[in-house]
Amino acid sequence: MTKFTKDHEYIKTDGTVGITQYAQEQLGDIVFVELPAIGKTLKQGDEAAVVESVKAASEIYAPASGTVVAVNEALSGEPGLINTDPDGAGWIFKLALDDAGELDGLMDADAYARIAV
Amino acid sequence: MAMNNQGRPTGIGSAGVAANGSSLLPNEPLLFEIGDADHSGVDLPDVEIDGSFLGGFARKSALDLPGLTEPEAVRHYVRLSRLNYSIDSGMYPLGSCTMKHNPRLNEKMARLPGFADIHPLQPVSTVSGALSLMDQLGHWLLTLTNMEAVALSPKAGAHGEMCGMMAIRAAQQAAGQGHRNIVLVPESAHGTNPATAAFLGYQVKPVPARADGTVDVNAVKAALSPEVAAIMLTNPNTCGLFEPEIIEIAAAVHEAGAYFYCDGANFNAIMGVVRPGDLGIDAMHINLHKTFSTPHGGGGPGAGPVVLSKALAPFAPVPFVRKGQGGLALVEHAEGGHLGRITAFHGQMGMYVRALTYMLSHGADGLAQAAKDAVLNANYVKARLQAVFSVPFDGQPCMHEALFDDSFLKDTGVSTLDFAKAMIDEGYHPMTMYFPLVVHGAMLIEPTESESKATLDAFCDVMLDLATDAKAGNAARFTSAPTRAPRRRLDETRAARSPILTYTPREDLPQAAE
Amino acid sequence: MRYLPHSAAERAEMLAVIGASSAEALFAGVPEGALLTEPVELPFHQPEYVVEAQMKRLASLNHAAGDGPFFIGAGAYRHHVPASVDHLIQRSEWLTAYTPYQPEVSQGTLQMLFEFQTQVAHLTGMDVANASMYDGSTGTAEAVLMARRVTKRNRIVLAGGLHPHYRDVVRTYLGDGPDLVKLAADPTGDDLGLEEIDGNTAAIVVQTPDVFGRLQDIKAAADAAHQKGALLIVVVTEIISLGLIEAPGALGADIVVCEGQSLGNALNFGGPYVGLFATRKDLVRQMPGRLCGETVDADGRRGFVLTLSTREQHIRREKATSNICTNAGLCALAFSIHLSLLGEAGLKRLARLNHLKAVKLSRMLGTVPGVEVLNTSFFNELTIRLPVPAAPLVDLLARAEILAGVPVSRLDPGKPELENLVILAATELTSDADIEMLASSLHAALEGDA
Repeated sequence: MTKFTKDHEYIKTDGTVGITQYAQEQLGDIVFVELPAIGKTLKQGDEAAVVESVKAASEIYAPASGTVVAVNEALSGEPGLINTDPDGAGWIFKLALDDAGELDGLMDADAYARIAV
Repeated sequence: MAMNNQGRPTGIGSAGVAANGSSLLPNEPLLFEIGDADHSGVDLPDVEIDGSFLGGFARKSALDLPGLTEPEAVRHYVRLSRLNYSIDSGMYPLGSCTMKHNPRLNEKMARLPGFADIHPLQPVSTVSGALSLMDQLGHWLLTLTNMEAVALSPKAGAHGEMCGMMAIRAAQQAAGQGHRNIVLVPESAHGTNPATAAFLGYQVKPVPARADGTVDVNAVKAALSPEVAAIMLTNPNTCGLFEPEIIEIAAAVHEAGAYFYCDGANFNAIMGVVRPGDLGIDAMHINLHKTFSTPHGGGGPGAGPVVLSKALAPFAPVPFVRKGQGGLALVEHAEGGHLGRITAFHGQMGMYVRALTYMLSHGADGLAQAAKDAVLNANYVKARLQAVFSVPFDGQPCMHEALFDDSFLKDTGVSTLDFAKAMIDEGYHPMTMYFPLVVHGAMLIEPTESESKATLDAFCDVMLDLATDAKAGNAARFTSAPTRAPRRRLDETRAARSPILTYTPREDLPQAAE
Repeated sequence: MRYLPHSAAERAEMLAVIGASSAEALFAGVPEGALLTEPVELPFHQPEYVVEAQMKRLASLNHAAGDGPFFIGAGAYRHHVPASVDHLIQRSEWLTAYTPYQPEVSQGTLQMLFEFQTQVAHLTGMDVANASMYDGSTGTAEAVLMARRVTKRNRIVLAGGLHPHYRDVVRTYLGDGPDLVKLAADPTGDDLGLEEIDGNTAAIVVQTPDVFGRLQDIKAAADAAHQKGALLIVVVTEIISLGLIEAPGALGADIVVCEGQSLGNALNFGGPYVGLFATRKDLVRQMPGRLCGETVDADGRRGFVLTLSTREQHIRREKATSNICTNAGLCALAFSIHLSLLGEAGLKRLARLNHLKAVKLSRMLGTVPGVEVLNTSFFNELTIRLPVPAAPLVDLLARAEILAGVPVSRLDPGKPELENLVILAATELTSDADIEMLASSLHAALEGDA
């Protein structure tokens, strides 16, 4: 089940992280993504990546603690994937979670829908 | 468009004919499309050299620099210039930018050979007039601010901030207070303030704004601690308001052992009327290119001298002019606590000449009148617009700029950006938008003292007409705007996703759309 | 007051619309007592002709470079600027425009900046250039900070021939410490400092021609830096040299910073000048300063915008890549116009002419007994050693209205080995008669001294 943070990131049970549909709408056209290095270890809430639109740069925080095991290289050439398919082809990085239990503290889709307005 | 192998248009190209057919809106080709490596607008003897002193480093790589003869150059740059809006052609209501008239006497004086044609490393005995000019400019700035010392050399506002904050850091290090690592910055601050603090390694701690748009002394007190090095506050603030508790804020900051840095970007509202030194400020930069009428030049050069309190004066950067028994001396090398250089030479001399010329022209009385007129004009615009526009903070008269939010555009389908672009079609440069960040869809209007009542009335009539039209549901006028400018809205996403930052000849020029 | 349009009646009318009793009432937010009731103690307003006379008097107290033989360089150079340059930059639409944040009504400035960026990239041999810095010295400090971001290393090596003022600016920006290695200047030896580059080094900064006028081996510096994973920052303070000397980009430089004053801009006692900043394409997002990029408008027409601005302070706030906001737009315009007027052919001719004048200067100074020319290579500037301390002699010649160069002790004081050195520059404005007068006056002064 996909979980959500108050900072509008999602994380899937397999550790895939991206930003929500709502977040991409708020940011507008994404023009650049700064990806984390594979192998980097992150604590929950650490700055993991940066997505830039024309007018703003926004940090993406790690929704849970873990190690970066994959990054979406396709975003380097086509950052707009985050706009067109944020929870599919527009994923940003993938974590090997330290503790899957951390996800229990995040919002489910219903709870997130209430703040994403 | 067809191109030859040098990337120049071959047929009768687009030059001089804009898409809308008006030859008065030129669509000027790039220098690299019209210039030629063999053309030159400068006659020089073609001398031979033997190369024996070049150490084997003679240039072999291509230069690829097209040249223009003088008539070609004059036409290219005159045609390009006509694609720009400017103060001289119309009102420039950009909040926080102080786009006032740039007197031409300033330009004439800056070009006197005695100012323009002197080298920063000439023997000091040959530049006594330059030292005297710097001393006089400093005297005016110190008298207007009631401060102790001035560092003239910062090249622009952000550079002045850096200089002032470095002086604060140096003073605290000298006092054994170097551990202080937090700088308080109100949410309404210019983006350069937190940037400067972070640049110097400080942790930035935001101070929330009060509902009336000003800073609460109690919020500052709550944020102060032995780790706080300074507060950076803009006054008048970016909402266009004078901070009513500024003296209490200064006292609280000093009591906590911290310094008070003031962003002087808005000094135009109070020059000759309020002296920052009387408010307890320790350091403040002054944008000569805003307050003292030196031209913006399409983005510089600026000049950002910093005035310093007695506590910070010993930490001003070199070089500076010092009054001694034998007259004026130039101190070029750091001694005692003074900071080293923040730029190679003495700063923006060309701007000093212009600013001092402006000060001498206005005098103490004229500068105060200019500040009062700037405030009068902003309040007049606010008064004329507020029946239709929405004013977020109406607790006190505004200072030199009037702030509106976008609530009057609610449900019209028109955004602040759309509204601004529609102003272009009416012949005005847009106001400052989406700043300060504490207001939703902010519109910040700074008319400056240079605008006549007739100009302000015409401007307000247009603004009211636009607002009325937006509310009447005519969104298309806004969302498609501008349509009467040299270009329609530009695709910034495309520019940022695959940046083209230098000219390279290509077959698929976007101009093919014509 | 000639710059203030309102009459007293209009002010009253406007106050009535506002509903305020007086102009002072509009300052209601000012705390009690802080509002001045009298003007500050400064002179009152004056007619234009009075101000003009006052300023002219101040200007007349200075000895202008054009008033006599002039050989001062060391980071700022006296060149001829074509009349059309100054005429064009004073057009209202250039002079009185704001930063081009509204691209629809700023295409003139934006296209000019795009052309400027291209010119700078071509001159330096780099992929990309920004829309200008304050000047060469602050640009150098920003380049050093950029190198630290790119390499995530801290150590910086400054070659001994870097202009001492540039070295001071870097030190002020970075703070002194073990991570800032400043090689002592040795104008006759190897003071590049390539051996100081180690695995923690972010960059080495090499100036060419250096402050003594020497041309440095950029290729060797690039190889040494790259071998250790460091960047090479090349500083050029005399931009005309690139018409004759190999482009740093062609020799492996990663960042090139130049003082662009020599083209289009007067000496101005040190400012405003224009810093040039160029780098490799892959480093562009770490580059400081504004950038102009090409795009299209809603009708598909080519146009230009400021781009990649999320790196900048007004948006990125505490995460910005630099301390620059307002830059040097009008000086960049003057630079660009002057370079367009020269073109490739003109720049090469100008560079050769400068070099030839310096060769003449070198030969003539070499004939003065006691004077030793230290340079084996130079562009338009060189260093001589006198048999006596340089500063008093330069002052002596200044009293005879000959501005004979810069004593190195003024730039880098307290170093006995540099005390007798003078740096002299020649440009296209230096006449053979100037050179002869310098040599004979120097000769006479040294004889008088002995």
